Amino acid sequence: MKIGLDVGSTTIKCIVMDESGNILYRSYQRHYSKITEKMTELLEKVRRDFNLDETAMLTVSGSAGMGISQTCGLPFVQEVYATHIAVDRLIPDADVIIELGGEDAKILFLTNGLEVRMNGSCAGGTGAFIDQMATLLNVSLEEMDQLASKYEKIYTIASRCGVFAKSDVQPLLNQGARTTDISASIFAAVANQTIAGLAQGQPIRGKVIYLGGPLTFLPQLRSSFDRALKVEGICPENSLYYVAIGAAYCGAVQTNLGEALQRIRKYGSTGSFLSIPPLFQSKEEYDAFRQRHSRCKAPRGDIASYSGDVYLGVDAGSTTVKAVLLGKDAEILDSIYQSNSGNPVPIIRDYLLNVFQTYPKLRIVKSAVTGYGEELLKNAFGIDCGIVETVAHFTAAKHFRPNVDFVIDIGGQDMKCFKIRNGTVDNIFLNEACSSGCGSFLQTFASTLGYEIPEFAKLGLFAEHPVDLGSRCTVFMNSQVKQAQKDGATTKDISAGLSVSVVKNAIYKVIRVSNAEELGRNIVVQGGTFMNDAVLRVFEKELGVEVTRPDISGLMGAYGAALYAMGKPAAAESSLIGLEELRNFKHEVKVTNCGLCSNHCRLTINIFGKNRRFIGGNRCERPVTKRNSKDELNMVACKMELLASYRTSQPGPRGKMGIPMGLNMYELLPFWHRFFTALGFEVVVSPLSNRELYLNGQTTIPSDTVCFPAKLMHGHVQALIDEGIQNIFYPCMSYNFDEGISDNHYNCPVVAYYPEVIAANMGSLDGHNLIHDYVGIHRKRDFPIKIHAILQKSFPDITVREVKRAAKEAYAEYAHYMESVRQKGDAMIQEAEREHRPIIVLSGRPYHLDPEINHGIDKLIVSLGAAVITEDVVSRREGRVHTDVLNQWTYHARLYAAAKYVCSRPDMNLVQLVSFGCGVDAITTDEVRRILEDGNKIYTQIKIDEITNLGAVKIRLRSLFAALES
Amino acid sequence: MAKLKYNKQGRLLFTKEMKKEYTILCPMMAPIHFRLIVNVMKNCGYHFELLNTTGPSIVQEGLKYVHNDTCYPALLVIGQFIDALHSGKYDLNKTALVITQTGGGCRASNYIHLLRKALKKAGLEQIPVISLNLSFLERNPGFQITLPMIRKFVAGLVYGDALMLLHNQTEAYEVNKGESEKKVEKWISELSEQFNHGRGLSLKQQTENLNRMVHDFASVPIHKVPKVKVGIVGEIYVKYAALGNNHLEDFLRAQDCEVNVPGIMGFALFKVDNRLDDIRLYGGNPVKRFFVQKLMNYLLKMQNILIQAVKAEPRYLAPTPYAHTKSLVKGIIGYGDKMGEGWLLTAEMLELTEQGYENIVCAQPFGCLPNHICGKGMIHKIRAVDGRSNIVPIDYDPSATRVNQENRIKLMLAVAKEKLPQKE
Repeated sequence: MKIGLDVGSTTIKCIVMDESGNILYRSYQRHYSKITEKMTELLEKVRRDFNLDETAMLTVSGSAGMGISQTCGLPFVQEVYATHIAVDRLIPDADVIIELGGEDAKILFLTNGLEVRMNGSCAGGTGAFIDQMATLLNVSLEEMDQLASKYEKIYTIASRCGVFAKSDVQPLLNQGARTTDISASIFAAVANQTIAGLAQGQPIRGKVIYLGGPLTFLPQLRSSFDRALKVEGICPENSLYYVAIGAAYCGAVQTNLGEALQRIRKYGSTGSFLSIPPLFQSKEEYDAFRQRHSRCKAPRGDIASYSGDVYLGVDAGSTTVKAVLLGKDAEILDSIYQSNSGNPVPIIRDYLLNVFQTYPKLRIVKSAVTGYGEELLKNAFGIDCGIVETVAHFTAAKHFRPNVDFVIDIGGQDMKCFKIRNGTVDNIFLNEACSSGCGSFLQTFASTLGYEIPEFAKLGLFAEHPVDLGSRCTVFMNSQVKQAQKDGATTKDISAGLSVSVVKNAIYKVIRVSNAEELGRNIVVQGGTFMNDAVLRVFEKELGVEVTRPDISGLMGAYGAALYAMGKPAAAESSLIGLEELRNFKHEVKVTNCGLCSNHCRLTINIFGKNRRFIGGNRCERPVTKRNSKDELNMVACKMELLASYRTSQPGPRGKMGIPMGLNMYELLPFWHRFFTALGFEVVVSPLSNRELYLNGQTTIPSDTVCFPAKLMHGHVQALIDEGIQNIFYPCMSYNFDEGISDNHYNCPVVAYYPEVIAANMGSLDGHNLIHDYVGIHRKRDFPIKIHAILQKSFPDITVREVKRAAKEAYAEYAHYMESVRQKGDAMIQEAEREHRPIIVLSGRPYHLDPEINHGIDKLIVSLGAAVITEDVVSRREGRVHTDVLNQWTYHARLYAAAKYVCSRPDMNLVQLVSFGCGVDAITTDEVRRILEDGNKIYTQIKIDEITNLGAVKIRLRSLFAALES
Repeated sequence: MAKLKYNKQGRLLFTKEMKKEYTILCPMMAPIHFRLIVNVMKNCGYHFELLNTTGPSIVQEGLKYVHNDTCYPALLVIGQFIDALHSGKYDLNKTALVITQTGGGCRASNYIHLLRKALKKAGLEQIPVISLNLSFLERNPGFQITLPMIRKFVAGLVYGDALMLLHNQTEAYEVNKGESEKKVEKWISELSEQFNHGRGLSLKQQTENLNRMVHDFASVPIHKVPKVKVGIVGEIYVKYAALGNNHLEDFLRAQDCEVNVPGIMGFALFKVDNRLDDIRLYGGNPVKRFFVQKLMNYLLKMQNILIQAVKAEPRYLAPTPYAHTKSLVKGIIGYGDKMGEGWLLTAEMLELTEQGYENIVCAQPFGCLPNHICGKGMIHKIRAVDGRSNIVPIDYDPSATRVNQENRIKLMLAVAKEKLPQKE
């Protein structure tokens, strides 16, 4: 008898087979992290049912089975290997296996030698991710699959990480996109992520087999893979059990089941974990804590007896909708706090209807809305004003603690913290890259363990040994929690540990402080997550201060909005729609693509009744206002225009030379264009980036954690190949030009050597000539000789004389281009001065010009009324600046100089664009912040990736402008 | 007590007085090498102390004082320093720190500045930080890199490489468990004793020592059985430091593998050779080339005595001569790729495959910039060139879990085990 046991991250699978491989028993169930119990239960059942008194060939597999088998001395086989064994026997003609599990994704290439791929440190695109998305959409997995079958349009969603995807899905929900389309988009994202992340250049062809839970249970997910791979994959019988079957096949050692069971039981009861001191030593301590916090109360009024003017504040957050009605003395008459179930519109409609009908004596004189759904609700109901979240929260916090100097709000998925300086919002911290410190994090765990969140949080208050879980990503926290459970941590300990982790993430990852003094002494905490006493306690303990938590901590946004509305001079009539209109309220959604510029935003058009509508998904105001952008003061657009003249050239006697337009080419194009045209080449530049271009190259990306601008290069090179270009020039460059403002003049390692990655991984380059030699343009005198030797390998007739002349022209052309940029920039600054416009120095790298990379943030800034200037315009005005870091990269030196210059101008502010995964910016951001803060300026950083949450970007920019105004 | 002196830019200097009074803390990386080097530095008149600390508080301090997106090695090294300074073991007015700085285009050149920022944040600004580099960055009156010092330093590296190699190749097959480990200990104390008396650092004595060392290890009885042979390459810190790679070597040994970690001499040669390649690729000063070439020749000589010593015992596999290692990447990656481990990392993977250690863990900190290119970026090509290679890239950072990493390594080992009988 052979037993195969596959203990995965979320499920446990068991197979019993006889000696000739006939399956006698199979079982598949979720283990809810009770691994040892489930294992014992299963093995006992098998032992009973099959009368296995003595021994059997038991083999364990699976990620969660690894530790147990090791300690208990049970035979173990790695799960991917087990799959390989099983497929070898059952489907010998299979070519590729795609297996998705709870936290793992694997691809096995079987033809031409076994090659296996497993997701690395990222659990994006796995079962856990799909679970998270289903929770977000508030549907079951089956429902999600059904929804997906009725899709019409696919949105781009980053499935790299559940966290990122949430920030893509949430705005879609807020804009009113259909759940059918979103469901299908999520599946498409999973397929893309798996293929892009794991194939790494290996083509997926032939007989493709789908295995594992998600692919078995979700036919629509299989279709998404089919569509992405252009194959028809097979999901065989027993597709859930291949690992267990493989493990059973591997069985070679007889194990005494009785002894094994004993060891497993013993294992379950041993183990130790790192713990931290309990949150409260005693009940008394807790009571004192409750007492202290209960003092901070907002005034209340009785709505039933009230009549006259009231003020409405609405906060449409990422997961919840909040509304508050205030009386004349800022007393709260009524409020709601509700999950938005993906669409806040019907909730507010019902609420308003109810208020109008039940309390006819009330008259809403002014209303304000804030939060993610601000624009949507404002348009849907004619709410008077919309304000940015930070201002709303600050307004509310000030009401409780007039001298407040730090506000931290932890909501469902987002965290907003900001310092207050001179009475304005300054220094905003948002969790753009990571949501591990947020409420939904706790919620996910509570529901995995079978609890409601308030109950779960309470458990932790008196935990004796809170688990030290560190601060890490939600997805990985799963395995960490499992480990702790295995080692004997109770649910109480885990609950407390998770609260600690939420706080640590907030403090050390998002805000990054080392002591409480940095935050000031007057801290107001708010947001739903702080209603949880455990989180509050940990926060106070960690920072060593007593903070203020208003009793309406979850309603602060709405409260602040209402206060704001109250503070505005009342117009004759509120624009809020009346009872009649509410009764006949209609909400229709249409989806379309905007064709007004190269961004091709996917627009969601919401139509409410007769004449109100709201367009979501746009980056700029053009689809709304139809205004021409010609006269905008936008240096990004201007540089793109300057570069456009280098995109084409005359046919030349030496044929075509392709240049992929990305990374440093965004600045060096004038140089190389002139160089090659002078040598008699026709220069062909790859087209502007777009999503399709990126997808065409994505399967050859070997490292999924490299920055997006680098990943795009694969698409650009592919585009040149597809155009039939034989010679492609993309040189390696350790060094850039020395502009005399830094200690050294390197390129970052990725910019410097990415051509090597292209050459080593793009199979489609076979038969093409990729010139990717090392080139030093920083040594003007040596350059012609060196480049001549390089070019001569491909073009033997090129002479040194020719190259020398071409080089001279190229250097001149580059200087001319840089000079034009500066002149245009100077002119724009003058124009902005004349118009008294604020100037934003949008700083980053030359390649942040690419609209696919900057997601139109420049346009967003212009639409907010400012002029956009780039860092290279002003960096020359400042020259060399002293830095506390080694100033050794050409592009980055400009950032420091620009920051320094901005400090000298009251009308200028700096916004830094940072590509996700840019290691160098971990250094520059801190330094740029220091320079700006030393100069009494606000530092604003925007993280951009393949997909960007423009909602968060807007918050930052609007807060910045709000701060500048006051 | 030594007075705090600053240079024009406001950097706290390590003064001559400090040299006499201060203890200089050094972070741990490769245990064998660093223990030897600390003794070499003592011989040069500096009170070096190697930080042997482990434990979760190091990561915690790192997370607290270093930008979390910074590479994991910076986080650990700085965390280890701050943790030590907070431990109460050291007189904070008589302690200095030392950290290496390569001056290359990787952000590692900025570790020292991140460390200073961290010290400032922690209110420990009185602690001087010494940069150990060969790029003439940051001079200190009390700490001068002299030629004799470089010579001794290199001697330490050569001994370290030798001991690491001999230990790895013996330990996997030793009959009496723990015997080769004892030999390592014996040799570290013997060599340290020699250094204290100013011996063991000349060319002649080095050759003698190495020969004796190799013969001594060869006397350890072994039982050769077929084992899975695994090579470790990667970003230098996570490649060597157990703190950085979750005790990777121990894990592999527990899986019954023979481990091969290419030595540090290769890296030293690579870094010096880069300067020659720079001149070759982009042009440059012939005087500079002359001096760099001298240093290069010296290092080559050192590597050669190590190779010759190991070759004397047929049961050991000697390191590959640098020139051969370098030749392996021809046509795969350019010699201009010099940031971080650059082309050397690719070369080491090819070299290991060639030597029969085709199962390779390529270790890097999460988001390591150079390794996107020379590590993960080259695996596809390496497989195309030499189909035997079985490489698994593993990322290390504070939030990567051990289970996750070990599972992936086990997958690599499962493939290796399947091929094992075919090989023998």
